[in-house]
Amino acid sequence: MHKKIRIFSPLYAALLLGFLYLPMAVLLLFSFNSSNNLFEFKGFSLHWYAELLRNKAAQTALWHTIVLALSAATASVVIGTIAAVGMDRMRRKWLKSATLSVTNLPMMNPEIVTGISMMLLFVFAAQAFNTKGLFGLEPLGFHTMFLAHTTFCLPYVVLSVSPKLRQIDPHMVEAAQDLGCSPLRAFLRVMLPNIATGIASAFLLALTISLDDFVVSNFVSHSYQTLPIYIYSQTKKRVRPDMYALSTLIFAAIFLLLILSNVLQASAEKRRMPDKKQREKQ
Amino acid sequence: MKRKRGSLALNAPYLLWCVIFILVPLAMVVYYAFRDRSGNWTLQNFAELVDTPEHLDNLVRVFGISLAYAGAATLICLLLAYPLAYYMAHTKPSTQRNLMMLITVPMWMNFLICTYSWISILGNEHGLLNTLLEQLGLHKLHILNTPGAIILGMVYNYLPFMILPIYSVLAKLEPSLVEAAQDLGATNAEVLRKVTLPLSLPGVAAGVTMVFVPSVSTFYISKKMGGNKTMLIGDWIESMFLQANNYQSGAALSLILMLLVVLSMMIMRRFSDSENGALVVS
Repeated sequence: MHKKIRIFSPLYAALLLGFLYLPMAVLLLFSFNSSNNLFEFKGFSLHWYAELLRNKAAQTALWHTIVLALSAATASVVIGTIAAVGMDRMRRKWLKSATLSVTNLPMMNPEIVTGISMMLLFVFAAQAFNTKGLFGLEPLGFHTMFLAHTTFCLPYVVLSVSPKLRQIDPHMVEAAQDLGCSPLRAFLRVMLPNIATGIASAFLLALTISLDDFVVSNFVSHSYQTLPIYIYSQTKKRVRPDMYALSTLIFAAIFLLLILSNVLQASAEKRRMPDKKQREKQ
Repeated sequence: MKRKRGSLALNAPYLLWCVIFILVPLAMVVYYAFRDRSGNWTLQNFAELVDTPEHLDNLVRVFGISLAYAGAATLICLLLAYPLAYYMAHTKPSTQRNLMMLITVPMWMNFLICTYSWISILGNEHGLLNTLLEQLGLHKLHILNTPGAIILGMVYNYLPFMILPIYSVLAKLEPSLVEAAQDLGATNAEVLRKVTLPLSLPGVAAGVTMVFVPSVSTFYISKKMGGNKTMLIGDWIESMFLQANNYQSGAALSLILMLLVVLSMMIMRRFSDSENGALVVS
């Protein structure tokens, strides 16, 4: 019985992974296709990678995506970290739990509802201030994308920074202040180093969420096209294989990054292992 | 006194942000749902969904289909994910790490293009699968543009969101609990049914939410995999906002969707809580 399970389980894992990776294998294959047929492989060529280099619209979209993700992740990390510190100091229990529930709302709500609610806000604001006049902004554009992305990244930042804050001994900050640090200096010198890993992982998380977002962006982007929006507009007609080439490159980048972080993690664990074993011996 | 003011200064910007970009947009949805085009309060937007037998029929059909497809996708995800999560939690750490990585990568790929590439695989005339079946001398399958294809798309896109929470709960499960049950004479099946399964319910509940909510509100998957033939709630809402420019009806539909999601999550929570409670008591 046990032997059977031991053989079947890896097989089962392999099957499920095969299911998850099948579409990506297809993307990879057809990105090297010499024709633009998406059903039949006519022969190997780098034609679509060359096309990608000539595709200005896709490059603009990629650039927009990166600029937006970096700025939204930065903003959400700054606001979210301050919020986490503030919430950590909240005395009133009901206020704290109310704030937490509101923070979690965008995570619980269906994305489409978040998207349309933001769209309604921005459209309403544009009507109310009768703008294009206010700062000369279009009703929907980079600024609305930035506000929306920052907002849906915030809960993830708060959730990854808060646990780190709870691990800090509150007396450390007090001690620093007693020894003459200003509150800001105490925060920068004592608190920040202790929550730095939380902030870093929050930044990466926010970055990946923003890079990948389609549903909310679909409702608030309009003139500011990011890559997911561009791909969506392509899939309404017929996708050109240069999108497959782009996806293959993104896939390769993600895979390399993850392997790198995995190797680093594994070697870090190995370095820790020997002294753990020594301790166990004693 | 001074400390209190400090806490207010820290919290104010974030609270303001939450109010403007989370609470006000949701209030906007409610506002638009109860307003007519000339700006009077009305129940018309809800009434017109049920005023004629055809409208009522349509409403029931769209919501019924959305719930049924999302429910089926969630169930299939659960059945596929649980054994894999169980296997992962019981292999050696290095395998666990590698499997985790392999399951995370697809989550970071653009889901639009991956879903689109299923069309190459399943295409009814020249799809890769049907070409293969034909060469093997077997019957062609008609999958694309059927309900099955939509459910497959949901399962494909959200499977990792079921695997990861279940795995993380199972990995933290105290092995001594299982050993205790075995010492007390429980068979493997009994251990699974009476110890492991109940203790992993929080992970299952999280996974079910993370699969069900995006599935029930999707609009892209149904469009591509269902060939524009099947309308789900998400499709309906999207077309109201982006094609028909009918924000009022769209908001009414979104409100119903939101209530539906809250309701199903409450049922979910009650279910998983009471099971846990029963275990603790007995």
